[in-house]
Amino acid sequence: MKKSLLTAACIALISGIAFGQAQETSAAQINSGDTAWLLTGAALVMLMTPGLAFFYGGLVRRKNVLSVLMQCFTILCLVTIQWVLFGYSLAFGPDIRGFIGNLHWAGLAHVGTAAHAVYMPTVPHQAFMIFQAMFAVITPALIIGAFAERMRFLPFCIFTFSWVTLVYCPVAHWVWADKGLFGTFGGMGALDFAGGAVVHINAGMAALAAAVMLGRRQGAPAKISPPHNLPFAVLGAGLLWFGWFGFNSASAGSSGQLAAGAFVVTHVAAAAAGITWSVLDIVFNKRATVLGVITGIVAGLVAITPAAGFVTPMGAIAIGFGAGIGCYIFVSVMKPIFGYDDALDAFGVHGIGGIWGAIATGIWATKLVNPGGADGLLYGNPVQLWIQVKTVLATMAYSFVVSIILLKLIDLVCSLRASDQNERIGLDLSEHREVGYTLLD
Amino acid sequence: MKYIVAVIQPDRLDEVLEKLTEKEIHLVTVSNVMGRGRQKGIAEVYRSHTEAGSLLKKIKREIAVNEEYVQPAIDAICSGGRTGQIGDGKIFVLDMKECIRIRTGETGGVAIG
Repeated sequence: MKKSLLTAACIALISGIAFGQAQETSAAQINSGDTAWLLTGAALVMLMTPGLAFFYGGLVRRKNVLSVLMQCFTILCLVTIQWVLFGYSLAFGPDIRGFIGNLHWAGLAHVGTAAHAVYMPTVPHQAFMIFQAMFAVITPALIIGAFAERMRFLPFCIFTFSWVTLVYCPVAHWVWADKGLFGTFGGMGALDFAGGAVVHINAGMAALAAAVMLGRRQGAPAKISPPHNLPFAVLGAGLLWFGWFGFNSASAGSSGQLAAGAFVVTHVAAAAAGITWSVLDIVFNKRATVLGVITGIVAGLVAITPAAGFVTPMGAIAIGFGAGIGCYIFVSVMKPIFGYDDALDAFGVHGIGGIWGAIATGIWATKLVNPGGADGLLYGNPVQLWIQVKTVLATMAYSFVVSIILLKLIDLVCSLRASDQNERIGLDLSEHREVGYTLLD
Repeated sequence: MKYIVAVIQPDRLDEVLEKLTEKEIHLVTVSNVMGRGRQKGIAEVYRSHTEAGSLLKKIKREIAVNEEYVQPAIDAICSGGRTGQIGDGKIFVLDMKECIRIRTGETGGVAIG
């Protein structure tokens, strides 16, 4: 796998040098409003990773809070460097058979401040690149939720780096890159506005793979203490909701009607899913819970992500409602039945929410919202639904299989899992020699 | 009447509690403590500065029992709390002079259960 990819990359590099000039950017007009919103959006998406750190950090036990924060911030550093060195080129660089980019843009060569003709043609190419970098950062960070509290730091770093290279970059290329297999630039025409497949299904399936490969935490599920700091989780959810406006609305690539529409439906879907989860909580557990409402909100945000630029506000309510129900069932009913220990429900919320959102996009999408998009099932175009389903299945299979292989290979070199003793002591102390909280001053 | 103080590994709390319940000992007081046995603590490092000889988190559990429950309680704590590794903790058994139930004013053995 690795070898053939490397060979392909080398061939691509050589051919890229030969024909590279033909793919140079056009000198389109830079629009200051579009650029300002995209850069703001990039900063908003960046904040989602620290937000996620607190969301996850609050949900783990006291002895593991730092390990989760550390993993999130390490990803911010590690993936950023990977993205600049070759990740962006693999994901968005000149196409190789619709599967992956070549290394023509490695080290950000040919990625200047002029606009690119295809990727957001009214903003500097570097602005698009750094916006996309934030997506590449948060996607592996979502997976942390599955292996939290038991994965060692070094194998975590190796996994993150290789996962972004071998899973995130190809899938981003299929869906978003020029001439990618599934995308709208000469591909199959799958609609994925801000990353239902690329980010959420992708991360969700890798999370499921990680939960299976690492096995359950000691004492899970019955004897795991409740979240050690729910207010942290609420703070994190707030930051995620805030950052999601950049995630979805700035994915419009412009600062106009499309961005406004995406902004509105993002907010509406989050609200609808939050209410849905609370109602389900009341029906089944007699009380609305804080963790329930924030989980519902995140599920709604996940589900609206692929649909954001294509659906109406009423469509967004339907999508949020469906996300609340689907994720609730998976988190509280299916997970206990299957018995895997997806510690913080990375698969249950991001995987299931992403699958629902990608399919729902094929149902509720309408050209009335975005003439550049497509109509879905409810607007007389069932073909779009089929395209969405194919994209979902391909992403699920690829992400799950490659993640399993990666984890297996890394486990052969250095054990993924902390020793029983270290797991008991907690990863903060055993992996980082620090503690989040002191008991004595 | 005896007063049993046990210092155990934090993650053994649930197991010990279960074993005690099996022996029908329901009344316990539990607190988070820090301590250091022969294993010493794990040194922490902050900005390359090592804080040596730090303490480890433990759970202190206190139980007041009548004589016939002393051995069952010790057995329960040992079987639930043992991992076989250094740091499993200790049990201290103290004589208890008096016990008073605040609600009723009862004293002695009846006030314990």
